[in-house]
Amino acid sequence: MPEKPEISVEAYRKRSRRSLLAGGAAAVAGLFGWRWVQNQPETDNIPNVLRKGHEFNESLWKSLFRHDHQARTFDREAASILRLNGRIGLRSEIDLDGWQLTVKGPDGTELGRHVLDDIKRLPYHEMTVEHKCIEGWAQITNWGGARFSDFMRLYEDQLPDDISHVYMQTPDDQYYLRNGNRTRDHYYTSCDIETMLHNQTLLAYNNLGEPIDELHGAPLRLATPLKYGIKQLKRIGEIQFLTETGGDYWGERGYDWYAGL
Amino acid sequence: MHWINFPLIVIMVWSGLRIYWAEDVYAFGFLDWEWFKFFPESFYTSLDLNRRLARGLAFHFNFAWLFTINGLAFVVYTWRTREWRELAPNRRSLRGSLDVLLHDLRIRKEEPPKRGRYNEAQRLTYSLVIGLGALAVLSGFAIFKPTQVFPLTWVLGGYTSARVIHFVVTIAFVLFFVVHILQVARAGWRNFTSMVTGYELVDIDPTKPEASAEPEATAGSEATAGSETSAGSEATAGSEATAGSEASAGSVSSVPPDNPQETADA
Repeated sequence: MPEKPEISVEAYRKRSRRSLLAGGAAAVAGLFGWRWVQNQPETDNIPNVLRKGHEFNESLWKSLFRHDHQARTFDREAASILRLNGRIGLRSEIDLDGWQLTVKGPDGTELGRHVLDDIKRLPYHEMTVEHKCIEGWAQITNWGGARFSDFMRLYEDQLPDDISHVYMQTPDDQYYLRNGNRTRDHYYTSCDIETMLHNQTLLAYNNLGEPIDELHGAPLRLATPLKYGIKQLKRIGEIQFLTETGGDYWGERGYDWYAGL
Repeated sequence: MHWINFPLIVIMVWSGLRIYWAEDVYAFGFLDWEWFKFFPESFYTSLDLNRRLARGLAFHFNFAWLFTINGLAFVVYTWRTREWRELAPNRRSLRGSLDVLLHDLRIRKEEPPKRGRYNEAQRLTYSLVIGLGALAVLSGFAIFKPTQVFPLTWVLGGYTSARVIHFVVTIAFVLFFVVHILQVARAGWRNFTSMVTGYELVDIDPTKPEASAEPEATAGSEATAGSETSAGSEATAGSEATAGSEASAGSVSSVPPDNPQETADA
């Protein structure tokens, strides 16, 4: 390694003084930078600069998204029923026989309604995948249902070409009693169209070969290993095709809108 | 670059713990016997790590890029200046490290020889810790986008395994940090100033003819580290600043429960 020249003590002292000042200034600047991040105005409950970071990650990983990147699949024997985590949108009673799925276009006009048999008429697909929660846990489970891409084809002719997101929510007019008060029970999420059209994104009605039970999203839920659980809406009541991103329950509460895997 | 690591790792560990809190399942033990659980509740409470998942994720996924970029810059720098030759372990390192360890633990008296800037144990640990940094980044991406970077996740044994690796790496980092600080403190103030200035102050042997009584500074370790550091960390803060100040459009003042307990609805 090339030896550095010796320098005099005087030069050394000068150097260390300069380094100390520079280092101190850097530390102070860093501290101010840190406080600046903390005290930022917030977008959806995250300091703006961090929200921007989430958006940067989103655009980066969106551009890297490939339809042939398949999430890992497992043997059916490895699958078990998912643990329950949160009941938002599922606290109210549901009349499974009276259930209908409403489909809307970008401007909010109703395009169609479906009963479960309509979905069951589409080609059936099953997958055993690892379900991942944004909290960190993961569990292998098995879903059966129709590909969302097959479902969307039913509406091909009625939709503009620039559909970019799909908004999903639990049925309207769900209420439950919370401390004696009638409270709306509502969960909703939006997902980018690339993920929705991936062949591992299902409108699922079967879990481990049986109809999905109520707390896991009966009668119809979204199942995709390409997103965290927060995006895999249970008890779908309405689907709306959008040309821009839509509401998202946890995205509005400080989480990453994209939440892709 | 060395010094930027300090705040970055602190931030990464801190935000990482906020994430880990939401699903704190790792523990030392055997079968049903739990010896030590990561982490006791008081640990979270005292560090304000509870119910902070959303923020934890936001900090973690943003500062991860700075950590990655800084790490790459360090590797490129060490390569271009050929300083890696001082750092890379060689055939002697394993044995030499043992000598150093025995000496440091006061088990053996004679001081092991120091060839060049670092002794053998330093070569080994500092190189390993760079590998550790790389592993932290790689396992991090394996958890972050397990499908999009599937070969990486596969190499690390799958998603759950990658998460364990990521956790163990973090613990190793913290342990390294503790020992590192202790060693630097033990090595004394002059060693510390050399870490900052890049020059080492040496007393010249008075028996040598040309020596004066004055200590003299000779060129030594991490020459550019000091100046790099100050410039670099300011730059980090600065670029952050400009990036964010553009965005001050919508602010939401209502504070909803940042409640990861109910996070995943599926």
